Amino acid sequence: MGATVTTANNDEKTWGGGHNEPLGASYGKMMMWFFIVSDALTFSGFLGAYGFSRFKFIETWPLADEVFTHFPFMHGVAAPMYYVALMTFILIFSSVTMVLAVDAGHQLKKTKVAIYMFLTIIGGLIFVGSQAWEWKNFIKGEYGAVETVGGSLLQFVDKDGKRVALADFAVKLPEQREALTRSHSTWFMEDAQSLPSYTVAEVQAGFKAHPEILIRTEKLTDNKKKTVLSREESEKHLATAKYVVEGANLIRNEYGNKLFADFFFFITGFHGFHVFSGVIINIIIFFNVLLGTYEKRRSYEMVEKVGLYWHFVDLVWVFVFTVFYLV
Amino acid sequence: MSHEHVSNTKRIWFVFGLLSVVTTIEVILGIYKPGVLEFNHFVGLNLLNWIFYILTIFKAYYIVWAFMHMEGEKSSLRWSVVSPVIFLVLYLLFILLTEGHYIYGVFKDSTIKWNF
Repeated sequence: MGATVTTANNDEKTWGGGHNEPLGASYGKMMMWFFIVSDALTFSGFLGAYGFSRFKFIETWPLADEVFTHFPFMHGVAAPMYYVALMTFILIFSSVTMVLAVDAGHQLKKTKVAIYMFLTIIGGLIFVGSQAWEWKNFIKGEYGAVETVGGSLLQFVDKDGKRVALADFAVKLPEQREALTRSHSTWFMEDAQSLPSYTVAEVQAGFKAHPEILIRTEKLTDNKKKTVLSREESEKHLATAKYVVEGANLIRNEYGNKLFADFFFFITGFHGFHVFSGVIINIIIFFNVLLGTYEKRRSYEMVEKVGLYWHFVDLVWVFVFTVFYLV
Repeated sequence: MSHEHVSNTKRIWFVFGLLSVVTTIEVILGIYKPGVLEFNHFVGLNLLNWIFYILTIFKAYYIVWAFMHMEGEKSSLRWSVVSPVIFLVLYLLFILLTEGHYIYGVFKDSTIKWNF
């Protein structure tokens, strides 16, 4: 059956979108496939670059299950993986509703297509929302750390190796400096970032006052744990501290290697942008379904085409999930 | 068109079940990280990561073949979409990971200290 949607041009030749269907697919569908090929290569480039950087710093790369440990309404409970697993299920499920919409479209069942499209849109919105929450936690950070003059990151642990937050031991010293904001400055001067809650001196003083606290470096040991230094070594390392790092931004982050946060923001951001545009496209198609556009054409191929894009977004997430959270 | 207009909801739910089970296995392995798998290597990669990558490819296959309905397309379309991606990605990964590993060696063995 010639299910091509370009009903107006059906008498034209190949380039007008006529009867001739190379590779047995309509023009729009084939082009969607080739768009997906190019987009897949773009994502592969990003993930490959992530792998490159990770191989470069293989001995000091942050451990994902220490970074992503939050779950809604479970404050302070370390729940590695659960939240991303939930996000993965949401996205897979929205893929299922999408393919059910395509399936209903083949049987020209308008109401069913509309319902499944609606569920797909809801799933996509929940996923984007979840990602926003994940970003919020990542940017806010939990424990804080210091960066040395050499650019390596020092985190704080107690005797049992459990992480200690800066707020738990840093002292407040009298001399304070406020972040310079535009409203208090002349000639567009301002601090690039808001100042951290503690200065390096305050962290160092607090460290001195708490002899049970040790420093953990980025270096991975043979059993894939971070190296914890002795007290004397810790003191020596802390003397070289230059910045207090809280949370994450594109310049530095409290989790470890700077590139880790950069890639996290860039790749999950790019994927999130795809999900967002997928939701927008789905909404457009949803309204077209409601208006009966495809009912009049007697073909729901447009639903199939956006379905391809939507599944592709799910497909990319499968790889992002593996590369960022599992491996 | 190659696909007949019969409902294949049964297959869709089957694939959904399959993908869910695989994801659950991945998450369980990711949380517990069995030492036997994590500290035994095969061709430069530990067994746990081998399992993760194989399961990822497995999921990708089902998403493309069942959800994107690649199984219903002509083999010419299948090949023209899948083969460029596979070959280019393998090449890209080979180059990038080899070079990344090389730079790691330079940092490790040279007298230059980049991070202290």
